Amino acid sequence: MIFQTRLWAAFAAVVATLCGLAAGQPAKAGPTLDKIKQAGMFSCGVPTGIPGFAQPDSQGVYSGFDVDICKALSAAIFGDPGKVKYVPLTAQQRFTALQSGEVDILSNNTTWTLTRDTDLGLNFGPVVFYDGQGFMVPNKLNVKSAKELNGATICVQPGTTTELNLADYFRANKMEYKPVVIEKIDEVYAAFFSGRCDVMTGDATGLAAQRIGRASNPDDYVVLPERISKEPLAPVVRHGDDQWHDIVDWIVFALIQGEESGITQANVDEMKKTEDPAIKRMLGVTPGMGKALGLEENWAYNAIKMVGNYGEIFERTLGMGSPMKFERGINGLWTKGGLMYAIPIR
Amino acid sequence: MADIAQDIPVVRQAPPPRSTRALGWLRVHLFSSVFNSILTLLAVGLLAAAVPPLVRWALIDAIWSAPNGQACHAGGACWAFIGEKMRFILFGRYPADQEWRPIAVVAIFIAMIAAACVRPLWGRRLAVVWFAGLSAAFLLMAGGLPGLRPVETGLWSGLPLTLILAVIAMLFGFPLGVLLALGRRSRLPAVRGICVGYIELVRGVPLITVLFMASLMLPLFLPAGVTIDKVLRAQVAFILFAAAYLAEVVRGGLQAIPKGQIEAADALGLSYLQRTRLIVLPQALAMVIPPLVNTFIGMFKDTSLVLIVSLFDLLGATEFALTDSNWQGFAVEADVFIAAIYWSFCFFMSRYSQLLEREFNRGKQR
Amino acid sequence: MASDEAALTLAPARPAPWRDPKLRAIAYQIVFVAAVVGAVGFLVHNMLGNISRQNIATGFGFLRKEAAFGIGESLIPYSPADTYGRAFLVGLSNTLYVAALGIVLATILGTVMGLARLSGNWLVAKLAQIYVETFRNIPLLLQLFFWWGLLNTAAPAPRQAWQVLPDVFVSNRGIAYPVPVASPAYKWMALAVVVALALLVPLRRWAAARQAATGRQFPRGWAGLGIVLGLPLIVFVAFGAPFALSVPSLHGFNFSGGSAVSPEFAALLLGLVIYSGTFIAEIVRAGILAVSWGQSEAAMALGLKSGQRMRLVVLPQALRVIVPPLTSQYLSLTKNSSLAVAIGFPDLVSIANTTMNQTGQAIEGIAMIMAVYLFISLSISLAMNLYNRAVALVER
Repeated sequence: MIFQTRLWAAFAAVVATLCGLAAGQPAKAGPTLDKIKQAGMFSCGVPTGIPGFAQPDSQGVYSGFDVDICKALSAAIFGDPGKVKYVPLTAQQRFTALQSGEVDILSNNTTWTLTRDTDLGLNFGPVVFYDGQGFMVPNKLNVKSAKELNGATICVQPGTTTELNLADYFRANKMEYKPVVIEKIDEVYAAFFSGRCDVMTGDATGLAAQRIGRASNPDDYVVLPERISKEPLAPVVRHGDDQWHDIVDWIVFALIQGEESGITQANVDEMKKTEDPAIKRMLGVTPGMGKALGLEENWAYNAIKMVGNYGEIFERTLGMGSPMKFERGINGLWTKGGLMYAIPIR
Repeated sequence: MADIAQDIPVVRQAPPPRSTRALGWLRVHLFSSVFNSILTLLAVGLLAAAVPPLVRWALIDAIWSAPNGQACHAGGACWAFIGEKMRFILFGRYPADQEWRPIAVVAIFIAMIAAACVRPLWGRRLAVVWFAGLSAAFLLMAGGLPGLRPVETGLWSGLPLTLILAVIAMLFGFPLGVLLALGRRSRLPAVRGICVGYIELVRGVPLITVLFMASLMLPLFLPAGVTIDKVLRAQVAFILFAAAYLAEVVRGGLQAIPKGQIEAADALGLSYLQRTRLIVLPQALAMVIPPLVNTFIGMFKDTSLVLIVSLFDLLGATEFALTDSNWQGFAVEADVFIAAIYWSFCFFMSRYSQLLEREFNRGKQR
Repeated sequence: MASDEAALTLAPARPAPWRDPKLRAIAYQIVFVAAVVGAVGFLVHNMLGNISRQNIATGFGFLRKEAAFGIGESLIPYSPADTYGRAFLVGLSNTLYVAALGIVLATILGTVMGLARLSGNWLVAKLAQIYVETFRNIPLLLQLFFWWGLLNTAAPAPRQAWQVLPDVFVSNRGIAYPVPVASPAYKWMALAVVVALALLVPLRRWAAARQAATGRQFPRGWAGLGIVLGLPLIVFVAFGAPFALSVPSLHGFNFSGGSAVSPEFAALLLGLVIYSGTFIAEIVRAGILAVSWGQSEAAMALGLKSGQRMRLVVLPQALRVIVPPLTSQYLSLTKNSSLAVAIGFPDLVSIANTTMNQTGQAIEGIAMIMAVYLFISLSISLAMNLYNRAVALVER
């Protein structure tokens, strides 16, 4: 009897302790910035595995273009690029995870579309990568154009614009296809490379990256020339927190402006001594910009110093400095014929 | 009568040959009839067709060490892949330099489960052992003490996560399940209705929808700004799920208690709480221990579903390890490896539950 | 009557309201219901607040919008131009199809294995035991990944497909097999089967009456089988035996002709059947063991042959033990079919997931999945309860 009472008491104690320990600190209600400043970190939803964009090493540590965007945010907000918790999310999970507050930002190769912006309750940051949907096929099928794909079995990741564009394209061209949809992007590609499908469709850059990163012999596969859609990829935040949205916007713009103004990881300290008022404003030598955003004045300095400008991030993860060896193309600066155009920081 | 008397000498004949000799054994056990002989031949044929290629694949042609995946595709099993990825499969994304902590946690859990199987220990001592074990395991995993670096739950993975999810689900689901079972047997219609509704609702839907609810929708149901850890959310889903199933197990025990016991308790003037705690539950719970072990086995297997909500349990970590572009195409080897791990846990526990069942029934088989 | 009066006179004064068991019961219930309603209300209130603040669309209007995504396999006609509602129906039909097929096959496998474990043949019993002990103790999801991986990676491309039987090809595109070309004769043959089944009822009644009158048994089983097989056969011959097979042949990317199941479907079905089969085997074994040996001995003493013994004495009693756990196995098989989402078979959950992702309406999607599974679960338990009542022991 007494023993039982004690047993129950002990049990209750365990329950209470574990609940207290595990439930964590319920963050105080309010805008995202307050929450993440209090927590000392923010969580960033990244793809489960796309070479060049977000790829875990054998210890499960993520690196790539999408990851560097979040690192830059962390550097600008906390003065430390490491205050990010990376949450790998499949295409199907990502929006719910963002809506529900599980992650604070998606840097997840997400295409900006009207219904996503409205019905899904999302807000998009600036486009960080312009892509288009393409098809990849094994060479031995001897296919030269997407118009020859009638009747093909096509691997596609569910919950993406890719899945919808694919249906649209085949309808428009009065062709039939058989989709194979697998939730995890790495498993979709594994299925394609093991021959489960004739064709793999996805963002053309992603296709090329997977071809290099995953195929046992990349030359056995070819990405067809057609681009069947526009895929502007942008970071995503929740609807209803304008301050957090602004912060994401302007940090990305600062990365692009940094490249345009020739501010690099290596010379950013030099640049602080410049006489150019625009650069002085951006790097916080002339105060005001940081305060307007609710950040430290050296926000842009930290981002570029610790992670690099847009061009450096691109080169390191996707460009010539990476195994991917992608051209800048339309992702170049507007001054060089691309589409990257930063809004004035003033 | 007379016939029987005449038959007596027959009884004195030597007994029929016992199946000690190989040939006799074969005749009795394999070739007792035409039909049985055909079955035996079919079974032997099946074994002859299946076993040699399996042995060749798993042992003779197998590759035990290789620098990378390309060098490992020679026809046989590539156990080198397991060697390369063993750490990741077992402990997943947990920081590699802190590897001793998940190892210790797994050891603690195995020791606790083993202790729970020793019947003389049942009682207060076991509760103390479990309390200490769980606290130690939790501190080891989470860290935060001096000398123990904090490790966020998002990195908890592999076998420790599987064990934590299953064990905590049972431990916390059990009291909830007992309450639900009592509620279902309650005389108060509103209480009974709600308990029945809950139990049937949870048992009527697949576990993955409960997991989806917990991991994707629960945050929408919380006040703005309040977040709950992802692992904890999955854990809550498992607890709620386990509670509904345990409630039905416990109800089986409650129903088996003779009405006389309850009447006697009432006659002694015990209140509902006293009656339940002193008379009903001790008898009911003792009766349902074997099915409880079976429910635990089920929960242990079901933890593998958390991979669908992107947690890295044993199966999730394995699937993750399989995405390495240097080691492509070893799913079968990896699946066989972790199947062996799951199997050993489940097989041991199911054998234990059968043993308990036999012991518990011994009293009834007088 | 007298005791009533005695009770009246002996009854103590009405207890104080807080000691009156009836009032207390009502109070407890009010508190309990209020707590539950309060908790649910709190959650719903939060949800509504979150949804409106984040501007997430609500309502079931999305079901009438164009789905615009393709679905790999479907029992009902579907194209991306159809609505989300129809896509949902495709998922539902796929779920029901795989569950129904799984239940039938798992019952067959489980019964065979359960009987095999009781076989006097040592080798057969051991093999059945190894099957049960192995596959019961490995998580179903892992088994699904295993079969899917095997079909995907180990099986060859269509051009090098394994021909396991004449005109049956296994490749990483699935299993292609021949099917008869449709002919009007088949419709009439189906009708003939129905007629034959209907004929069994009077046959059975007549045989029972004859046995009661004369004591002679009529070989009902063989006669019934003859009618059910014979009648369609007569129709078949009458139509001039129109038998043509559509045989799968390699054509462009893939096999055309015949019919095919995808690796996803095959892996899901295989996994469900093999996993559930182990549990059903144990249920069948336990059910048969539960019938005491004395019953069989009594049946032998009455001179029943072994088939009759099984059919008339052992099985009816064993079924009483078997049916309740078998029901829950059928239920869990149906629920387990939702694991299809992990290997890419377009079942209800997988399609609802895609829908939720395109529309952002997770709450509606999950609610629909739960409603469907609840409905299926309750229907199966209702049907099995009816059956159970029919076979249950009529007690005094």
